[in-house]
Amino acid sequence: MQSLLKVEGLKKSFGGVAALRNGQLELQAGSVHALCGGNGAGKSTFLSILMGIQQRDGGTIWRRGKEVLYGNPAEALASGIAIIEQELSPVPHMTVAENIYLGREPSARFGGIDFKKMNRDAQHLLDRLEFNIRATQTMMNLSVAQMQLVEIAKAFSHEAEVIFMDEPTSAIGEKEAQHLFAAVARLKAEGKGVVYVSHRLSEIFQIADSYTVFRDGGYVDSGLLADIDRPGLIRMIVGRELGEEYIKTNEPQGTIGLEVSGLSLPGKIDDISFSVRKGEIFGIYGLMGSGRTEIFNCIFGLDRPSQGEIRLEGERVDVSKPVNAMASGIAFVTEDRKLTGLNLSDSVRGNISLASLPEMSPNFVMKRREEAAASAEMIARFGIKAARDTMPVSGLSGGNQQKVVLGKWFLRNPRLLLLDEPTRGVDVGAKREIYRIICDFTASGGTVVMISSEIDEVLGMSDRILVMRQGKSAGIYDRRATDAQALVHLST
Amino acid sequence: MSNIENKQSRPWFAAENRSTLIQEYGIFLAFLLLAVILSVSNPYFLTPGNISNVLLQTSINGVLAIGMTFVILTRGIDLSVGSVVALAGMVSASFATTSASAGIAGAPYPFLLALAIGILVGVACGTLVGVIVSRFSVPAFVATLGMLSAARGMTLIYGGGKPVPALTPEFRWIGTGNILGIPMPVILLAVVFAASWWILTRTRFGRYVYAVGGNPHAAKTSGINVTRIRFLVYVISGALSGLAGMMLSARTGSALPQAGIAYELDAIAAVVIGGTSLSGGVGRVTGTLIGALIIGVMNNGLDLMGIQSYYQQVLKGALIVGAVMLD
Repeated sequence: MQSLLKVEGLKKSFGGVAALRNGQLELQAGSVHALCGGNGAGKSTFLSILMGIQQRDGGTIWRRGKEVLYGNPAEALASGIAIIEQELSPVPHMTVAENIYLGREPSARFGGIDFKKMNRDAQHLLDRLEFNIRATQTMMNLSVAQMQLVEIAKAFSHEAEVIFMDEPTSAIGEKEAQHLFAAVARLKAEGKGVVYVSHRLSEIFQIADSYTVFRDGGYVDSGLLADIDRPGLIRMIVGRELGEEYIKTNEPQGTIGLEVSGLSLPGKIDDISFSVRKGEIFGIYGLMGSGRTEIFNCIFGLDRPSQGEIRLEGERVDVSKPVNAMASGIAFVTEDRKLTGLNLSDSVRGNISLASLPEMSPNFVMKRREEAAASAEMIARFGIKAARDTMPVSGLSGGNQQKVVLGKWFLRNPRLLLLDEPTRGVDVGAKREIYRIICDFTASGGTVVMISSEIDEVLGMSDRILVMRQGKSAGIYDRRATDAQALVHLST
Repeated sequence: MSNIENKQSRPWFAAENRSTLIQEYGIFLAFLLLAVILSVSNPYFLTPGNISNVLLQTSINGVLAIGMTFVILTRGIDLSVGSVVALAGMVSASFATTSASAGIAGAPYPFLLALAIGILVGVACGTLVGVIVSRFSVPAFVATLGMLSAARGMTLIYGGGKPVPALTPEFRWIGTGNILGIPMPVILLAVVFAASWWILTRTRFGRYVYAVGGNPHAAKTSGINVTRIRFLVYVISGALSGLAGMMLSARTGSALPQAGIAYELDAIAAVVIGGTSLSGGVGRVTGTLIGALIIGVMNNGLDLMGIQSYYQQVLKGALIVGAVMLD
């Protein structure tokens, strides 16, 4: 049987770093195919090439046996490939029908829009798919799950045969998810092909027939889900044994560094308690939206918890504002360095001193020599590769940018280091250096809490691991008493 | 990515950046080129009298544009400066007039008191706008558009729609006097420029302004009180608008209710021509000063060449857009 879509050897690099080395996939009509892989496995790059958003460096795509090349998303759509993105982007003030037919509205006389026909067609489509949505509703009044159904209807209206769904359940509840799965089953019954991307393995086993696993930008294996069990699939996604990549030299001491008790933020996290010893690296693992980052936001004064208290070395501390948390010796390396970590329009030096400006200007006037010396010290200490420290920080590589963020915080000599995805988008070499910096910090008595969605990193670097699931703690585990399968299982 | 960043002008702490020098040089070069063309085409241009005249004409817009630079560096905008010029000019004049009908009871008061009142009026307007923008998260465009209308209305209410004439010679001195032959408005501009340059490049507050404009989220997670910085820049802009308002009424000898109309546009133009990015975090007060001078020199030069003021406006428009395109 001819496949709807076949891809072989797809390649893509960004600035010399291979995001995708060997993307491979085959999709049959009337099937749901799960595309699995950890963060950085190359799934998003793979999807964006197939959608014509990015151009491939190499490889071949066959659509119903015919070789194709998509220069832009419109061409991909025209050949029957549609995507339902993780972050939906509807026009909120337009109706459902207007959203479905956006850009190809049926025309009436005098160049107007034939709203009657458009609404009628949209309603027909929604009814046929058995989606309980009125075509004349305003988009903004729909739930996220309903918006996804509208996106599916839109894909249908384009007569798409291949539909990609990227993490469609990441923002919706369990009940709505079941509704979505029913829609996917209907697509399958109509003979379409669905490529389903999700970290949630239980969903994959519920709705998909076959799978393909990517790891580190390359194809690993594919097959029928009936022939594999959950631990087997996890093994494939996680891959290699933890090798030399993680150099862990820290030794937890006897005294408690950080104690969090009963921390709650309504709708985000519920009754989170844990304590971390000095010299310990405490890992937090969980899916996106599981409340990981909110824990840090509460400890650092960016979110105001409804309950709970924070103790540093036994003493209750005021963390009502970031500046207070900083005064108590807390440092927070945020998840997205470009969004919340760096001032990209400033220099390397300016960014290193960004969190220490009051200390560097006791009498309001900046002590410029002190600032230059501090910047030089951090650059030497962390081996930041920059031609001059007055160059724009935006010109550095991801790893060096991350080290600038670390330098900014280490300049304050913190007692507690909160790390949110400290190695995201960082290459292997810089990763090892960052691990070394973390270990050196703990060796000198520092306390570290690290959020990571990279399972290898959590297991490789943490002494103990808190698993988060939907805002609640799913338990705290010693690294020796747990493994990748258990963590994935607990977090989903 | 890095190329785009490099093209923008940077604060002093990145001054060694080579492309910055080219950029900075560029605006200065444009200014010199304009001056050379004008002096060749008209010998009167380079006479001391005319230079003094250009500086005098630039001084009020220069003071406003410097205040505007603080605001725009934090990703804001202040459309109210022209109206605040009128209000502060009118209120302070009512304290410094010898006219019994236009002044308030007991006028004229000592000129320093009138001066303080004018600044205070500007600070009050800036405070109100600052609170609305920073505390209530109203977009700066909207909040200052409101103040543009409200301050103009208050000016008309305060003066009953009539001008305040007959200002005391002491008060008029800040607009018409001179020290060692340098006109007072030019001296005031120089002082405002020097102080602002020092604040923006040498003090903690200046660094906060750049950080808040460059990335408010990163500034917040670095312990910077973003709300307070956003508030303070409008107070600064308001205070300088108050000063400019008094410079204007002192120079003309009376405070007019329709003073300062559309001054905000020239101020924004000077900032933009000077290379400050409307998206915040990037820009220099030196650029703003040159931007204001370019506008002043161009107006003056075109006057000297006998070109109708209608054409001047078209050229100014082209200059604003051209400067940003080259940036």
